[in-house]
Amino acid sequence: MAELTYLQAISDALRTEMRRDKRVFLIGEDVGVYGGAFKVSLGFQEEFGPWRVIDAPLAETAIVGACTGASMMGLRPVAEMQFADFVSCAWDQLVTVAAKQRWRVGTPVPIVVRLPSGGGFSGGPFHSQNPESSFAHIPGLKCVCPATPEDAKGLLISAIEDPSPVLFFEHKHLYRRIKGEVPEERYTVPIGKARTHRLGKDISVITWGAMVYTADEAAQQLEKDGVSVEVVDLRSVMPWDKAAVLDSVRKTSKALVLHEDTRTGGFGAEIAATIAEEAFEDLDAPVKRIAAPDTPVPFSPPLEKAFIPQVEDVVAGLRDLAGY
Amino acid sequence: MAVAREAEPVGSLHEVREAGLDREDLLGVYRNMIITRGVEERGHILYRQGKIPGSFYTGRGNEAASVGVATAMGPDDVGTPLHRDMGVHITRGVQPWHIFAQYMGRQDGPTHGRDGNVHMAESSLGLIAMVSHLPAMLPVGVGAALAFRIREEARVALAWFGEGASARGDTHEGMTFAGTRQLPVVFVCDNNQWAYSTPTPLEYATEHVADRAQAYGFEGVVVDGTDVLAVYREAKRAIEKARAGGGPTLLECLTLRMEGHAVHDDAFYVPKVMFEKWAESDPIERFRTWLRSNVDMTEEEEDEITTSAKKLLNDALQRAEQSPMPDPADLLHGVYASAEDLDTPHHK
Repeated sequence: MAELTYLQAISDALRTEMRRDKRVFLIGEDVGVYGGAFKVSLGFQEEFGPWRVIDAPLAETAIVGACTGASMMGLRPVAEMQFADFVSCAWDQLVTVAAKQRWRVGTPVPIVVRLPSGGGFSGGPFHSQNPESSFAHIPGLKCVCPATPEDAKGLLISAIEDPSPVLFFEHKHLYRRIKGEVPEERYTVPIGKARTHRLGKDISVITWGAMVYTADEAAQQLEKDGVSVEVVDLRSVMPWDKAAVLDSVRKTSKALVLHEDTRTGGFGAEIAATIAEEAFEDLDAPVKRIAAPDTPVPFSPPLEKAFIPQVEDVVAGLRDLAGY
Repeated sequence: MAVAREAEPVGSLHEVREAGLDREDLLGVYRNMIITRGVEERGHILYRQGKIPGSFYTGRGNEAASVGVATAMGPDDVGTPLHRDMGVHITRGVQPWHIFAQYMGRQDGPTHGRDGNVHMAESSLGLIAMVSHLPAMLPVGVGAALAFRIREEARVALAWFGEGASARGDTHEGMTFAGTRQLPVVFVCDNNQWAYSTPTPLEYATEHVADRAQAYGFEGVVVDGTDVLAVYREAKRAIEKARAGGGPTLLECLTLRMEGHAVHDDAFYVPKVMFEKWAESDPIERFRTWLRSNVDMTEEEEDEITTSAKKLLNDALQRAEQSPMPDPADLLHGVYASAEDLDTPHHK
């Protein structure tokens, strides 16, 4: 085991797969000579050459479309969107072509699109978004959102192995802030399986990505009040681990769904609806949602702080539920 | 002013032989054009009989362009034919009964009723299925070419689009990327002069779509899309150039869409004189005349081709009509791919 940052764990996964499997290649803007905007692929072009670490023109449609075509010819492409926000330019390729090709005509499209996502550093409206729920709504796409270095490595390897298109949301705020023990050998973390980040018995928080840490801090504060909070890290938003969520909620009888994406139509709504449909009889309080308000992501620090759910917001929500 | 090279028509038999087609090949090309038109004519009948759900699209007038390009492809080359390119499916060897089953939404169509009309492709024949957002297939074709380049295979990808689709950003992005990397791809523009009801002056401001190629760093060629031999010759040149590492070509095949956008559209907006003029260079009639005067195609040979095509299509129709409707219980299957799905010719 080595202690790696979340970012190093992603690099490690990518390097592991590229060394192991000649079919795997990386394509994106500035991923080669520059090593990627966040340096995930630093040194990769020296090791793997310019035809496996491909500097693409500023053309997200071409990048994702080329991955689709190359995957149909037997390769295993990994695309990097410089920022998750820019995937909007490749919407058609993902949603119209890649997502539907297997179901429609039987052709699998085993591609991975890496999406540096999330806010917290004044990236503003176009460098901070969390678009996972938009894609989770599209049948045929898988969306994973790891929170820990260990999961980041294991889930990226699973994503590359997966025969379907996988969107890999890597939270930028975790890149260098979060460190953890990561096995040096190759391993996979199954897509679609949640992880209990913190065991508790009174309230369940269901969340993913950077919000796992916000939830954990809030849980620590509630512990001082004598309230035991369980934090379920979904890890994959599509497919999502319904059984794990329902098990946790049935145990605690109260649920708080938390995400950094905006509230209305966010993936939390799907989780809340499922809990209401399938665990209503086990609930001792209405399901609570905490999410960003329905605005674009603001730039200035006080505005961004008001936008991204903070520990104190989650604490207040948990206290409401505890007192219900 | 045109920037692209305007290709000459094909004249002599000698020139055709130089380009790689012998007499038997030529009769095969003619047969494929006859079958292509026959499939779509029967599709029309099925539609009028109420046997085709949704709408119905044909490529009447585009038979030479589609068959000509597909004839120039190598066995391991791949392509992304669109809804005017039935000739590509036929030339690559797709069985007509599968096409009729597809038209009618039956279980034995290539998509088992999940998608309609020409939204299909047999991947074992090197074909990639189109989507309705037509230029979306250009970057996909470029990606196939990228795979060939990465693995250093002597294979070429053909990426089809229409002059209407040339307005979309996918076209620009695909050609930009292919140009920067000099990938082995041939962009084939079926320019049938009408994007639904929109005429070319409202679609692009250059004389030819192929004039743009120079700006992307490769050659643009315009060819008369009703001249199957000229299409074949230019496609062959472009494909072999790409195979030899010479990079992309934009090959524009100029035709007229001889019917409406789809079966519901009577194309009232197309001037009658335009139809009359282009009807004089009907691709099949034109090639038939050429075969008669250049390779002495006999009455018997012509009859054999027409009769056998008719029988093929009648049998195909009968077989397709016997195909069951798809089972709704199967609807959820295959949203995600399985490991077994990767067991395809390309993934092996």
